Amino acid sequence: MSRVLDWIAGFGRFWYHFIVGDDWTVAAAVAVALVITAGLRAAGLAAWWLLPPVVIAVLGVSVVRARRTAASGRS
Amino acid sequence: MIANAAFIATFLASAVEAIELVTIVIGVGATRGWRSTVIGALSGFGVLAVIVVVVGAALTAIPIGPLRLVVGTLLLVFGLQWFRKGIVRVAARGFAGAQGPDVHDGELWTEPGLDWTAFVLAFKGVLLEGLEVAFIVVSFGASANQYGVAAIGGIAAVVVVGAVGFAIKNSVTRIPRSLLQLVVGIMLTTFGSFWALEGLGVRWPLGDGSIPVLLSFYAATGLGYVLVERRRLVALRAAAPA
Repeated sequence: MSRVLDWIAGFGRFWYHFIVGDDWTVAAAVAVALVITAGLRAAGLAAWWLLPPVVIAVLGVSVVRARRTAASGRS
Repeated sequence: MIANAAFIATFLASAVEAIELVTIVIGVGATRGWRSTVIGALSGFGVLAVIVVVVGAALTAIPIGPLRLVVGTLLLVFGLQWFRKGIVRVAARGFAGAQGPDVHDGELWTEPGLDWTAFVLAFKGVLLEGLEVAFIVVSFGASANQYGVAAIGGIAAVVVVGAVGFAIKNSVTRIPRSLLQLVVGIMLTTFGSFWALEGLGVRWPLGDGSIPVLLSFYAATGLGYVLVERRRLVALRAAAPA
């Protein structure tokens, strides 16, 4: 039984690490961008343009967060 | 004549999908290690073969949209993690990397068990792109009433592109790992963005031609972030007491 629970916990940890990684804001921003894109498409509006700038913006924020995390780890 | 046209059309259309498939497998293998990547790719081909045999010509009835959305979103969020790590590491070490391949940066899998990250990335890439090749074969085969020729065209495209990928594998492996992680991160982010929106039913302005445009946009921005971070690090080192 405990091996099954360990396997389930390991499975959950793998997917958490795969999707969320060490910066949850990236997955959250992508999810929000995709929901808004789906809304734009449902409204019959052009929707392809939204995701790339969101990706670039969240990447920049994530780089800054990684830098701050590294700096706080050193201090 | 019709058979030749069906072969050429299927080969060219399938080659586009095969390039995406091979790019992901080579990039993941060179970054994370080959064993789990190859097992993931072979598993993807295995599942694909079962689907093709069981479903056959009714393959086009499978809703590819939700699969594209799920696989694209997963590749996008994971690709962004590598994209960010690549920017930070290349900014710290430069494009030359650490005097050749650096095996100590934490991405190369050195444990005895299966690397599930490499497995899942390769598996999803092969399954999704393989399904798209199968759709092309069924669609072109049905329209020309040449299923056999279309199947040969699709398989030939995967074999030829796969052979080219295998031939350049060693060259890719020699790229410094920090730079490789940046490049693979950009590619996963590009394919992920493209597939996720296609999965939502959004049409890109140039169709598949939007992929190189998106790739260039992400690469240029990534390069900009690397230069900004590098300039900041150089200024920090110059200001640090000797």
